[in-house]
Amino acid sequence: MIAVAAFYILSAIAIASAFMVVVARNPVHSVLFLILTFFTSAGLFVLLGAEFLAMLLIVVYVGAVAVLFLFVVMMLDIDFAELKAGFFTYLPFGGLIALILFGQFVMVGGAWIEKSVSAEAIAAPTPAAAAVSNAEAIGRILYTDYIFLFQSAGIILFIAMVGAIALTLRHRDGIRRQNVTAQVGRTRADGVEMTDPKPGEGVVL
Amino acid sequence: MIGLSHYLAVAAALFTIGVFGIFVNRKNVIVILMSIELILLAVNINLVAFSSFLGDLVGQVFAMFVLTVAAAEAAVGLAILVVYFRNRGNIAVEDLNLMKG
Repeated sequence: MIAVAAFYILSAIAIASAFMVVVARNPVHSVLFLILTFFTSAGLFVLLGAEFLAMLLIVVYVGAVAVLFLFVVMMLDIDFAELKAGFFTYLPFGGLIALILFGQFVMVGGAWIEKSVSAEAIAAPTPAAAAVSNAEAIGRILYTDYIFLFQSAGIILFIAMVGAIALTLRHRDGIRRQNVTAQVGRTRADGVEMTDPKPGEGVVL
Repeated sequence: MIGLSHYLAVAAALFTIGVFGIFVNRKNVIVILMSIELILLAVNINLVAFSSFLGDLVGQVFAMFVLTVAAAEAAVGLAILVVYFRNRGNIAVEDLNLMKG
């Protein structure tokens, strides 16, 4: 009973805040509604028994992606009211497309045939929740059967990081930088000078 | 009782809102990126719902992979946005024709 009520409340909030993401006038509000959508979706994941993915959704989406959006929205000096100008021009067309798309989803849902999946077709059966926690069950298959997927996810993140840094890194003129080649290429003759100062004279640098 | 079709309906609604957001915010590329995040979230809800109701954990592993790709996509997209803003002084994607493609 509580699970049913929780599902309806969470999904209603998720859909309403997702709608507010796209119609909000201020992009900062959009990002905050996006965070609300992610939180409620994490609640839906918990209801589905995917606790690990729910926590991952909060850590990755809310903690990293949404904060990244917030940084970019706040750092760029943009007149957002001007960007919102064409909203009502595109509203009928976008609404039509959305209606057609949703109608297609409904049609697919209407043609839904519930068939039971045979036990052999399941690649990695979920162990009983009492015996193994969700995170442990995922870890057992992620680090063994799906290690290639896991490693390629790491490579994708690495490439994205390198790409983002390479895109936004700016070399400005007039700033003193470390020149490693010049440092390493110094010889003893450039750097050391032997002098024989007389008493009371000192050396000239 | 809440069944699989309930979760699929929520995911379909989120997906539709994401597509709608791309159409109505054609000038604001930041909101377009957020709409793409919404679409990927809807896909993730589908994957996790099927995984849960069929008793197959692979759906959750794949949802994790989708999450990774979404994070990478957001990072690179926002980096491109920052570079574009630095060059042009605005982010109106309507006059995004630098490459004359």
